[in-house]
Amino acid sequence: MEGLLPDLDVIRKDFPILERTLAGGVPLVYLDSANTSQKPQVVIDTMVDHLERHNANIARAMHQLGAESTEAYEAARDHVTAFLNAPSRNEVVFTKNATEALNLLARTIELSPGDNVVITEMEHHSNIVSWQLACERAGAELRWFGLTDDGHLDLSNADQLVDENTKVLAFTWVSNMLGTINPVADLCARAKAVGAYSVIDASQAAPQLPVDVQAVDCDFLVFTGHKVCGPTGIGVLWGRESLLNELPPFHGGGEMIETVTMARSTYARAPHRFEAGTPPIVEAVGLGAAVDYLRHVGLDAIHRHEQAITAYALEGLQSVPGVTVLGPLDAAQRGGAISFELDGVHPHDIAQVLDSRGVAVRAGHHCAKPAHARFGVQSSTRMSSYLYTTPAEIDALVEGLHHTRSYFKVG
Amino acid sequence: MSTDLDALYQEIILDHYKNPHHKGLRDPFESEVHHVNPTCGDEVTLRVHLSDGADGPVVEDVSYDSVGCSISQASASVLTDLVIGKPVDEAMTIHQTFLELMQGKGQVEPDEDVLEDGIAFAGVAKFPARVKCALLSWMAWKDATTQAQTEGETA
Repeated sequence: MEGLLPDLDVIRKDFPILERTLAGGVPLVYLDSANTSQKPQVVIDTMVDHLERHNANIARAMHQLGAESTEAYEAARDHVTAFLNAPSRNEVVFTKNATEALNLLARTIELSPGDNVVITEMEHHSNIVSWQLACERAGAELRWFGLTDDGHLDLSNADQLVDENTKVLAFTWVSNMLGTINPVADLCARAKAVGAYSVIDASQAAPQLPVDVQAVDCDFLVFTGHKVCGPTGIGVLWGRESLLNELPPFHGGGEMIETVTMARSTYARAPHRFEAGTPPIVEAVGLGAAVDYLRHVGLDAIHRHEQAITAYALEGLQSVPGVTVLGPLDAAQRGGAISFELDGVHPHDIAQVLDSRGVAVRAGHHCAKPAHARFGVQSSTRMSSYLYTTPAEIDALVEGLHHTRSYFKVG
Repeated sequence: MSTDLDALYQEIILDHYKNPHHKGLRDPFESEVHHVNPTCGDEVTLRVHLSDGADGPVVEDVSYDSVGCSISQASASVLTDLVIGKPVDEAMTIHQTFLELMQGKGQVEPDEDVLEDGIAFAGVAKFPARVKCALLSWMAWKDATTQAQTEGETA
């Protein structure tokens, strides 16, 4: 199959969990990477090594371990800076996850009555609710791009939606439900034209395609560590340095200050301005190793692999009677998450039967209820591939769906 | 694994799923509730109609409209079979028995005299992710019945 990673067997050996079997001795077929990715040995080893040999608090311990730990933490920032092609390491803020990064922006960007924030109907709940809360607090208006029937953003009324009162235009790069890849550079240019901040949720994009913040010319971009082969508990906010330093602090505490008196404090500049308290140190170190691993494999190669697997999966899914795929049907226009319905069987029941055969998928609304509602669907089943996914695993999914139909006596 | 799967999807459950009993919203009713399972999006709107019996209130009708998986849909169907026509006190005891079965991690022996078709859900208790599916309509019924009784007292 064209486009697959040439050394897929070697890649798979990097991920020890892929070797394990499940109840009944069936091998694991992990098709839930859009939910969380599996971790390569190098990430696991880097984290264990840090805890075994270098553990200390950062930036405040005046001893050798403290220096080593600080160096490892800041080296992770350098890895992320390179991963995003960011102009400066000062623009990379470590957060708990993408949700916290979005909430940081929604809490610190000042909105006033008369302002509006524009989002889209295909956002993850974290990029909806955080802005709903911000608009409610400020008396600002929340607007959103609708979706076309084939799962793209409906840009026909863009000029009405994004106007001179737009303060923020926040959107996902790749939909976690529909898989759609959005025209992010165009949207950033549109925000810039009216003087609004552009905010990109790259949680689904960062794992599977090259993310270059200078090329897309965005103002802010967030992603989470655990979907890019890193650990949970660590995420990234990238922002233009001048903008980050204009924002007020988010959390108050240690490490985010210049000086503190009982009456008032002055604040550090980015990134420390937004990293109050002891951060998730070993998680940051693990994330650094993860993005370094992905860069070593090559994001272009990973993207080609994902597109090849996605095209194969779209074909396989549509060969199952009663399956309806949600979102674009052209693999070139989408990422590696495919949500679908199967006539007569609820997603929960599909996932349960697949799980009994070792095939792990997600069932439900995938934290994108509005996008489901748009297509008149209450919930869906989602398969999501990654750089370690093989065509044989897609075959296992398709066979599992045929079995599901016969198990529930459909058709 | 397939035996566990078969224990989960008993024929009784699949029958209730395909042909649910007492489904649809009906009048009259004293209370209506809407419960959701936020993790998966399953939803039920459920109404309770109570009447005065010789020894206290009786569950005259339970009607519902719901979307969800086979377990949640079958569970609502079995619930209505078990509680409609029973005194509220007895229905609450059945509720408690079903709750204990679901929370028993597969260690509780179901009592067929009390739970009838409800014993088919014994296999669900071994799947922690599905217990909430089985309990959705039962929790909605208890909530609605409590509300109906409270309103009855204040009226």
